[in-house]
Amino acid sequence: MINNRFFGRRRPEPPRPIPPGQYLEDGFPVLSAGPTPRVDTATWEFTIQSSSANGSEGGSETLGSWDWDALNALPQTDFHTDIHCVTKWSKLDTDWRGVTIDTLFEDAGITDPDDFVMAFCDGGYTTNLPVEDIVDGKGLLAHTYDGEPLAPEHGGPVRLLVPHLYFWKSAKWVRGLKFMDQDAPGFWEGYGYNMYGDPWREQRYTGD
Amino acid sequence: MGPEGAGTGPEATATPGAWQIATVESVHTESPRVKLFQLKLPGRGNFQAGQYYDVRLSAPDGYQAQRSYSISSSPEEPDVIELTIELITDGEVSSYFHEVVEKGEKIELRGPIGGHFTWTPDYTEPVLLVAGGSGIAPLMSILRHRRTVGAASRMLLMFSVRTESDILFRRDLEQMASEDTNFELVITLTRAVPEGWAGETRRIDPQMIDAAFDMVSREAGGEFDGAKEPDRTFGRAYICGGTGFVESIASYLLETGMDYNEIRTERFGP
Repeated sequence: MINNRFFGRRRPEPPRPIPPGQYLEDGFPVLSAGPTPRVDTATWEFTIQSSSANGSEGGSETLGSWDWDALNALPQTDFHTDIHCVTKWSKLDTDWRGVTIDTLFEDAGITDPDDFVMAFCDGGYTTNLPVEDIVDGKGLLAHTYDGEPLAPEHGGPVRLLVPHLYFWKSAKWVRGLKFMDQDAPGFWEGYGYNMYGDPWREQRYTGD
Repeated sequence: MGPEGAGTGPEATATPGAWQIATVESVHTESPRVKLFQLKLPGRGNFQAGQYYDVRLSAPDGYQAQRSYSISSSPEEPDVIELTIELITDGEVSSYFHEVVEKGEKIELRGPIGGHFTWTPDYTEPVLLVAGGSGIAPLMSILRHRRTVGAASRMLLMFSVRTESDILFRRDLEQMASEDTNFELVITLTRAVPEGWAGETRRIDPQMIDAAFDMVSREAGGEFDGAKEPDRTFGRAYICGGTGFVESIASYLLETGMDYNEIRTERFGP
């Protein structure tokens, strides 16, 4: 269908294509579902946990854990990337620094991960991801944005960064990954957002 | 700490599904910068108060723009959704709605979307609603829904706008406040204050929020002694408006000891 009298106020063409339904944003909107948690790096810890099925006595076991100093002592990686939010804005050329998920897996000796993870965070937020979408350089545990410590409202001290998927998958205030052998919905996925979230196929909601 | 699981509780909603075409039934100028659009959407699915729709405009040359707008009407109104749209400077979609759209126009949309920022009558604890400007939209849906179903649970709305002419839904809200002893209305003006104004006159701050807590505990029959007992205090808050507005209020509510998961925010604009 066509809105015959709509022409749009064309902003300058983005220097490269942005996903369907998106518009270019120069700012950096904050769109959390709740308050910004106050997280102290002195007590911060990130863990990788086995799936419940594989843990001892039906529970989950910790496969790796890092405190703030340990995270900063690992090899660091820079990401220069575009980000795409499901609320329709895209921001180009963002700069991040942190530790790749590959580095964490290597440091913890994880060689045969399950197929999926649930990222979990301060405040209770969760999001699910296929492991193949966070390894091979696709996922970062980011603590620095644009050369500065990541601000709390943008997920600081540490957020997950998985820029090839809609930005709700880049979980703010992340505290760990728990392996799952089957995919299961996280916070937004349970409310009708897409389980995978590929912006180029406009997978915003369930069934897209 | 570990993962706390998905949002698959009673607030989980059906998928927004395919794009549908709605017809504009009426356009109403509610304030100098805000218009209300009644859209007829026959056979629309049910929605929960607090949800929104995605709207898509398509130019003749194929260019498309999408935005999300909260539903301000109650779920009980059959086949109709009301969108509250503020004219944003340089906004290509809001300017189309304000300058071009009239009765009869067809608008493509899909929804309803959202599930955390919703209220259903089975939640009976006192609720604090906080709105900045057009952030009142989803809260109107909540209040209207509550009124229609006759819920007795207490609600208090703190509504911050710049001037008296920016008080959206004023008559409806004032009528609600006068008819319903379980609903309290606090309006605050942050710019120009008219002669004889009896409401508040500054940005929402911790003092004003504390006073709101006082109101609820006084109604429960007793002095506010600082103890936030369940039936004498807000169990949940819904805050909607610009990001700075929401951030400072949500932070303060967290400091008062409210449960993190019960402070729900919807942030309009960058």
